[in-house]
Amino acid sequence: MRFAELAIRNFKEMLRDPISTGLELGIPAGFLAIFWALGRSMGDESFLTTTMLVPGIAVFGFAFLLMFSAMMLSRDRESALLARLLTAPLKPRDFILSYSLPYIPMVVLQIAVCFGIGALLGLETPGNAGLAFLVLLVMGICSVELGMILGLLFNVNQASGVGSVIITLVALLGGIWIDIEAIGGVFYSIGNALPFAHAIDAARDAIIGAGFSSIATDFYWVLGYTVVFFALGTFLFRQRMVE
Amino acid sequence: MSYGTNDNRFAIQTFSLSRKFGDLVAVDGIDLSIKEGELFSLLGPNGAGKTTAIKMLCCLLRPSSGTATIMGRDIHEDPMAVKQIIDVSPQETAIAEHLNARENLSLIGGIRGLAKEEVKKRSEELLEMVGLAKRAKEQVRKFSGGMKRRLSIAMALVSDPQVLFLDEPTLGLDPQSRRGIWEHIAELKGKKTILLTTHYLEEADALADRIAIIDEGKIAALGTPQELKDSISDMQVMVVKAKNLPPDVIEGLKEIYPEVKATEDGIEIRAKELSFYEIVDYLRPRGVAIQSTSLKQPTLDDVFLHLTGKELRE
Repeated sequence: MRFAELAIRNFKEMLRDPISTGLELGIPAGFLAIFWALGRSMGDESFLTTTMLVPGIAVFGFAFLLMFSAMMLSRDRESALLARLLTAPLKPRDFILSYSLPYIPMVVLQIAVCFGIGALLGLETPGNAGLAFLVLLVMGICSVELGMILGLLFNVNQASGVGSVIITLVALLGGIWIDIEAIGGVFYSIGNALPFAHAIDAARDAIIGAGFSSIATDFYWVLGYTVVFFALGTFLFRQRMVE
Repeated sequence: MSYGTNDNRFAIQTFSLSRKFGDLVAVDGIDLSIKEGELFSLLGPNGAGKTTAIKMLCCLLRPSSGTATIMGRDIHEDPMAVKQIIDVSPQETAIAEHLNARENLSLIGGIRGLAKEEVKKRSEELLEMVGLAKRAKEQVRKFSGGMKRRLSIAMALVSDPQVLFLDEPTLGLDPQSRRGIWEHIAELKGKKTILLTTHYLEEADALADRIAIIDEGKIAALGTPQELKDSISDMQVMVVKAKNLPPDVIEGLKEIYPEVKATEDGIEIRAKELSFYEIVDYLRPRGVAIQSTSLKQPTLDDVFLHLTGKELRE
């Protein structure tokens, strides 16, 4: 468990950056409130109900975690700190875990914020809250693992730029505030190939009471991406451990 | 491929260790044998290959050819075993800026597998040693450059490594901070094997048991500081303090005495045979106002210039 000390450092690093932490929690809270208000003014037929918005905005918030986790890793890569840490007998998997694990409490917190504010805004008692939480948790981890890949491939400025592109993609193709199935075509195909829309759909279904069997395909889709991103991140880290 | 015989008496051995970056040969087949407990210095200007050599020995950089062993473990074949017994203070101050000094030491102790109690005990000792005990709870981003460097060295010591690499430990520090760090390094002499890189002659002269002068990736000379100075003991060094000494006059003088170095207030000339009158007769007609001349003992600076034709701070 040598990596635990590095994970603790990264957790402290995250908490001691109040702007990033504020954005990570404030963005989902703010967007949820704004889109809920929009939905209200659009009337009863609006897509923007709390049931639709809570999972969508949670996944949208994870995209920010993706960007900030990528930036933390690339910042350490650019400084001499990671080179120093690489002289310690840690394996690539240890490093990826050290940089990913600190974001899991933030994933949980983001989900709690979305459900909490959702409840205040009228989200009825979710049908299968535990399942919705599980799907969103895996999606959050998946996002952070993708952040690891960006952090290994890009410098801080590039990671910030690419992270912003991914946030936009999630917003457009995740089906957060528009029904991508209704749009169809390439737009739908790309959105359906990525994990974001699957996580949002599965969590929405769980909220209205669906059991695991009816969301299994979506869940495994998201889990598959998570495993692939973790494996790819570990592989890239191994490549970069020795120049 | 066999590069030589590993000898257990040596803490660090390199066997034709080389590293290329494209067409640039950064380290060119160096062979070193550093004894246990020795403080060994790689002395050379920026770009000589010192940091590249250290990165290879720390398993951060793959050699293009050749290899090295640390306490008998091959850097190629057993990097994890090597990493268990080394630590490094990199050239850039590698610290976690948002952590305090004590947390930085805990971080390194933790990832190197020390028990919590051991880390705590070692941290307190080291903070005391580097004079940071009173600032231990402050986030290190508020520290001065000298304090950060002292902490960086303490971090390299927290796991009590058998072999310690110090890459330019006083680079960019003011003379007072530099001397403070020298004292800390001097305290470690004989207790661990230390490979120190520097381009400060005074640092190598003051600290090292042996020095390898490295230039363009190759070892140009190796010996104790005194042996290196003795190697040019048959050389004379004349110090000329003068005004109105334009560069073209210095270049002209180099045609008579190839080893001429410009100083702040004149020139230094090295040669086996120096003629005071020849030098004065050359300088005066060219409008140079000579204030004084004197002879001095050769220094490591003179050794370096003699061996490489360059000054260390070029």
